[in-house]
Amino acid sequence: MLKTVIPFGPQHPVLPEPLHLKLLVEEDVITEAIPALGFVHRGLEMLANIRDFHQVIQVVERVCGICSMIHAMCYCQSIEALMEIEVPPRAKFLRTIWSELHRMHSHLLWLGLFADSFGFESLFMQLWKIREKVLDLNEATTGNRIIVSVNVIGGVRRDLNPEQISWMLAELAAVELEINRLGSTLLTDYTVKKRTAGKGVITKDKAFEFGLVGPTLRASGVCQDMRMLGYAAFDQLDFEPVVETEGDCYARSKVRFREVLQSIDLIRQALSRIAQSEIRTKVKGRPEGETVCRVEQPRGELLYYIKANGTKNLERLRIRTPTFANIPALLVILPGMWLSDVPVVVLSIDPCISCTER
Amino acid sequence: MFKMTPNVLRNLFFPKATRRYPREVRPPFKNVRGALLNDIEKCTFCSACALKCPSQCIAVDKKVSTWSYDPFACVFCGICVEICPAESLHQKPEYRLPVAEREAILLKAEPKQKIEKSN
Repeated sequence: MLKTVIPFGPQHPVLPEPLHLKLLVEEDVITEAIPALGFVHRGLEMLANIRDFHQVIQVVERVCGICSMIHAMCYCQSIEALMEIEVPPRAKFLRTIWSELHRMHSHLLWLGLFADSFGFESLFMQLWKIREKVLDLNEATTGNRIIVSVNVIGGVRRDLNPEQISWMLAELAAVELEINRLGSTLLTDYTVKKRTAGKGVITKDKAFEFGLVGPTLRASGVCQDMRMLGYAAFDQLDFEPVVETEGDCYARSKVRFREVLQSIDLIRQALSRIAQSEIRTKVKGRPEGETVCRVEQPRGELLYYIKANGTKNLERLRIRTPTFANIPALLVILPGMWLSDVPVVVLSIDPCISCTER
Repeated sequence: MFKMTPNVLRNLFFPKATRRYPREVRPPFKNVRGALLNDIEKCTFCSACALKCPSQCIAVDKKVSTWSYDPFACVFCGICVEICPAESLHQKPEYRLPVAEREAILLKAEPKQKIEKSN
């Protein structure tokens, strides 16, 4: 039997971003997957060398729209570590709240797209309806919907007043109610299970070997989450990573679903324990030295390496995004699968291509 | 059947989840970073906004007292509004409406009238 090459992407109805996979197919079964990347490379890392280090915040926010706030937070934490700036405790809590709101809207976006990948369009629309409420929370508290631009070196730019906090709590309660209503469909529905359970299994050992990150790793039974490092205000919140053991697409959707509920809980904790202090410290001087900072993005571990030489421009900015770590596993689990399962399995690792290519 | 009927009834009698945009518009939230405006009579042409702008969409010429702004390059981060010493810059909570032509906004202080403005 001759092998057929089927191009999957870069433009494909199931993909929100341009990922190209050459699939070698034998009688509808994949034998090999060859990736091709580089369709949305923008050279953002080089832009950091020619912009003022304060302005790079707006540059790194555009590495990925969905987790923009977390990119900016990671960058600010790195520069603050280099310049030995103490961030006010209230700013740390506010960063935690907004980063969890970003995780919520990213996971809801993914759950919707995932439902869409196996043709469950009404579930997709219901999940995105809930996501709209989370975006409203972002817009009312930060000023923008997605790329919120609230981080500055030394703190944050916006504060929450008591009315906003009580409004947020009421909105979060409404969001939680709606998510739980959809949970029974997403987690117990026969058609959903039929398309996702047992598909694209990554065992615990394999996940560890490939160095996977984020919900993809946690769905394989490895308890690893960068929030355990206690950056921002996570050290003051009760936090236990969500772990599932099956390692298939169903387990990955379960992890992300449970993480949405966990994020609501974390925001509630942060809002109840929020410290009273300033939100911003004055920054003087320029960074010098090398640093590495890790935070947990919705898709997994995000790593920033910064080298500064005491001038207003950075010498080197290196960003390692979670999808970069998760794509190799995808190439290993695809061979042996049916062609019809490819969209579900590709989407199950939550590929963010603009992140990966920067 | 027992699960479906309540859903059907709810969809028939409850209000719709969507709005008839643009006839029905949700009121904007307070302090949203919408369209950027400059009160040119207050402007001192200090160039602070042009220097701090991360997307370099503002250009100021003090000699001829002009302030030009490219709304298509703007990322609506609000940094210029925060640092404006004369407090002449501010952002409306409403977003900019779409326009047919891609034109920059040019404001001139003297003889204290707007030469050209596209919106």
